[in-house]
Amino acid sequence: MEPGLFFFWLFSAVVVVGAVGVVVMRQPIHSALFLLLSFLGVACLYVQARAELVAAVQVLVYAGGVMVLFLYTIMLVNVKRQRTERYLHRQAVPALGFGFLFLLVVGGVVVNEARALAGKAPAADPAALATTVIGSETVLGNTQAVGWVLYRDYLLPFEIASLFLLVAMIGAVVLGKRTMERFD
Amino acid sequence: MQSYIPILFFAAIAALFPIAILVVMALLRAKAPNPTKLSPYECGIASATDAHDHRFSVRYYLIAVLFVVFDVETVFLFPWAVMYDKLLLFGLIEMAVFLYILVLGYVYVWKRGALSWA
Repeated sequence: MEPGLFFFWLFSAVVVVGAVGVVVMRQPIHSALFLLLSFLGVACLYVQARAELVAAVQVLVYAGGVMVLFLYTIMLVNVKRQRTERYLHRQAVPALGFGFLFLLVVGGVVVNEARALAGKAPAADPAALATTVIGSETVLGNTQAVGWVLYRDYLLPFEIASLFLLVAMIGAVVLGKRTMERFD
Repeated sequence: MQSYIPILFFAAIAALFPIAILVVMALLRAKAPNPTKLSPYECGIASATDAHDHRFSVRYYLIAVLFVVFDVETVFLFPWAVMYDKLLLFGLIEMAVFLYILVLGYVYVWKRGALSWA
């Protein structure tokens, strides 16, 4: 097996094991740690796809920031270890059935698309996505390519993103302060 | 892809080192456990309560949300910084508008006292 394919399967296995761990762990904190493993595995897959910036963002925002939110939520909502609860609920059988159905549908679409594409277009070259041509100059790097497109072609969505962040900030303060004033 | 081999090497060492230490220690150490030795302690005093017996202030969560917001803000700065010399004044004004909107939010958060603990 060529090394690229080997590592793809390795990182995919890490992601899947992490995701399964999130669901089956009894303690919320263990679920959170498995989620972290899954996030890091996804970051590795991004690196393999030559999307270095997205990989860095995955670690910085998801494994860093979003993980902190999850841990604080676990701390705040007072979840104790559930020993008495039945491991598999009554929904287990229908859940497995619907899950399998969903897998069939998604898998069918993916296989169908892959077959349709196989004859026609060549697979996109990841290296080509990491180059930017500005006039006669070629700039290398995925981060540079993202920067060039984001700050020229997607100017308006970028500025709107700042408004979203503003809304998130003000919303958090309004909700948080109200709760604090009630309880303090 | 070859440039990632050293990183992979470091990752492998970082993953194996703690496991190796645990295995070696398990083989070498004297084993004479008793209930007192195995009980969790802090500064030599038995813990009186469980961590979840306390209620935590919502301020923790507020700080975490604000952290994520500014975390996302810095993410936008990286692709801009590496292409700064190509985007020129256009990019500078663009980023100034972006930061202006966020600084407005920062001032609001500060004025509402969300950053102070008391």
